Amino acid sequence: MSELLRRYGIGLSAIFIALTAFWLLMLVILPDLYLFENSFRPYLPAVDVGGPKDFYSFANYLNFFQTPIHIQVFGLTVLFASVVTAICFALSYPIAYYLAKVANPRDVATLFLLLLIPLWVSEILRCFALFIMLSFKGPLNMTLIGLGIIHDPIRWITAYNSLMIGLVYVYILFMLFPIYNAIQSLDINQIEAARDLGSPWWRTHWRVIIPHSKPGIASGCVMVFMLSAGSLFVPSLLGSTTSRWFTEIIQQWMFDAFDWNTGAAYAFLLLLLCIIFVSIMMRVFRVSLADIAK
Amino acid sequence: MSAAVELAGVSVDFGKFRAVDNVNVTVQPGEFFSFLGPSGCGKTTILRMISGFNDPTEGVVRIGGQDMRGIRPNKRPTALIFQNLALFPLMPVWENISFGLEVRGVDKTKRRAKAEELLNLVDLHDVADRRISQLSGGQKQRVAIARALAVEPKVMLLDEPLSALDLKLRQHMRAELRAIQKRTNVTFIYITHDQGEALAMSDRVAVMSQGRLQQVAPPQEIYNAPANGFVASFVGEINAFQGELSAVSGGIGEFKTANGLFRAKVGPGVSPGIAAKLYVRPEHTILAAAARPGANNIPVDVADVAFEGNFINISAKTSDGRSLTVEMRNDGTTALPPAGSKMQFTFDPAKALILADTTLPKPGNWP
Repeated sequence: MSELLRRYGIGLSAIFIALTAFWLLMLVILPDLYLFENSFRPYLPAVDVGGPKDFYSFANYLNFFQTPIHIQVFGLTVLFASVVTAICFALSYPIAYYLAKVANPRDVATLFLLLLIPLWVSEILRCFALFIMLSFKGPLNMTLIGLGIIHDPIRWITAYNSLMIGLVYVYILFMLFPIYNAIQSLDINQIEAARDLGSPWWRTHWRVIIPHSKPGIASGCVMVFMLSAGSLFVPSLLGSTTSRWFTEIIQQWMFDAFDWNTGAAYAFLLLLLCIIFVSIMMRVFRVSLADIAK
Repeated sequence: MSAAVELAGVSVDFGKFRAVDNVNVTVQPGEFFSFLGPSGCGKTTILRMISGFNDPTEGVVRIGGQDMRGIRPNKRPTALIFQNLALFPLMPVWENISFGLEVRGVDKTKRRAKAEELLNLVDLHDVADRRISQLSGGQKQRVAIARALAVEPKVMLLDEPLSALDLKLRQHMRAELRAIQKRTNVTFIYITHDQGEALAMSDRVAVMSQGRLQQVAPPQEIYNAPANGFVASFVGEINAFQGELSAVSGGIGEFKTANGLFRAKVGPGVSPGIAAKLYVRPEHTILAAAARPGANNIPVDVADVAFEGNFINISAKTSDGRSLTVEMRNDGTTALPPAGSKMQFTFDPAKALILADTTLPKPGNWP
């Protein structure tokens, strides 16, 4: 704070702080508070708002627990978001290890650029592209048939398949970068010491590299899980007729039923239940919040 | 019995840079062998080659008579102690020590017992369950040694493991390392740039410079009979005179320098016409009031007198501005020459050596 004052003077510092405060208060805190307050009120015709029927209750929240189909969709959302997280980890870890410890440091910048360029394109566009790629007579099936790998086209956009492919594709970098950072900070001598003591490669990973990168793995998993569970575009664009995602229910409450109160309650429930799920997972894998913050 | 480690015509290239150049050396079983040289001389490359992290470009590495080509670091009978020790910070001390046994599928109770046994061997007690971060520098050192010993290596490789310790502890650990080596009778190959360490601990020392072996000999020989100018000036303090060797008779040569004509022993491979220097150790010189007959004498001005307790370090200047060093033992009555006084810097021909001058870098070896 005093450093800021010393460097930029009172005027400029005040502007910086005011802008940050405005952003935080008006664009983050107040909208959330507004929704939070609304989530405890009933959905009423305009004339009744502020009248005797307008009182605080947990009715909107209880609605979720009294609707088995919503509970089921929530369960499926958590299940498939977990699968997406696991797939992202399985794909990211070898790549992160390669980038951090195997690749020639001179090539790493180029490789990172190749990884990042797709991220510059908007999530929606990438989902549309993937939708075309995965379609029944789309480029992917045609290529596979052309190469003689399959004889009949595969129906990708069915059940949760295309949805999961989309989520993995869109969020994998959120897994890759924290793991890369964590592995990168490991002293190469640790890996060599393990090898020198006779350790085969898999045990070196299991006993030395993974324990060291656990904070990075944990923050990557939390990030991918939360983003996947809270994603709306990917399920609405790449979901099939038989896939349901919890965010779609929230959207339907808000934009189809115009019931923002119940929608808000569902949104906070999603947040709360995901936090509980992540906390349990962190307990299971013995990761503390302090590890992730590192 | 076959040699513990044998390097036969070994060279290592990193691109165009030759890090190790045609090294031939045989280390005997149970020997404490040191590679001594300045940083960048190739000694660490040799160590990594023996442990299997680098491959020789030419030549063969044999351990216990067996050709090591194609054998990976985790299959070699060596254990490496890293300069930064590379202990595993997330494992308690005993798991660190028994990691090599865990890899070999030894069950937990046996591993624990072995770890305790090794902790006793390195004289560490009640630390088995501590974290690495809770140990002091010297304790970490001992854990690293125990961890390496746990796999019962034929050869222990040590990469300047004492360099991170303070002076007192370093000197203590020298004796300790030597004692552990004698107790376990494992072959130790020690890498250092610290000549004191190499001389104090080793059975034999290999002095290296620019990828080449300069001399392989027991410590006394390295110090008293250096093979060339590099060894003479790298190991210990020395006064060097540039000049030209004119005549040799009975092993004593006449050497013409800017400070006069001196007589000294002629080293191996030196004959008139070869670039050579005359070397004399500070403790083999005397600062006398008058020239001594039969000795080499140079008139000097005393520039600085440093009283170090057990000895006195005197720096003197010749008339042409060269700085020479004299070291006198303090026997309790030694008189200190006052700074500025005119004295004679004298040394006996038998105490000085004329050696091939190899201190200049060979062109083309460095990038």
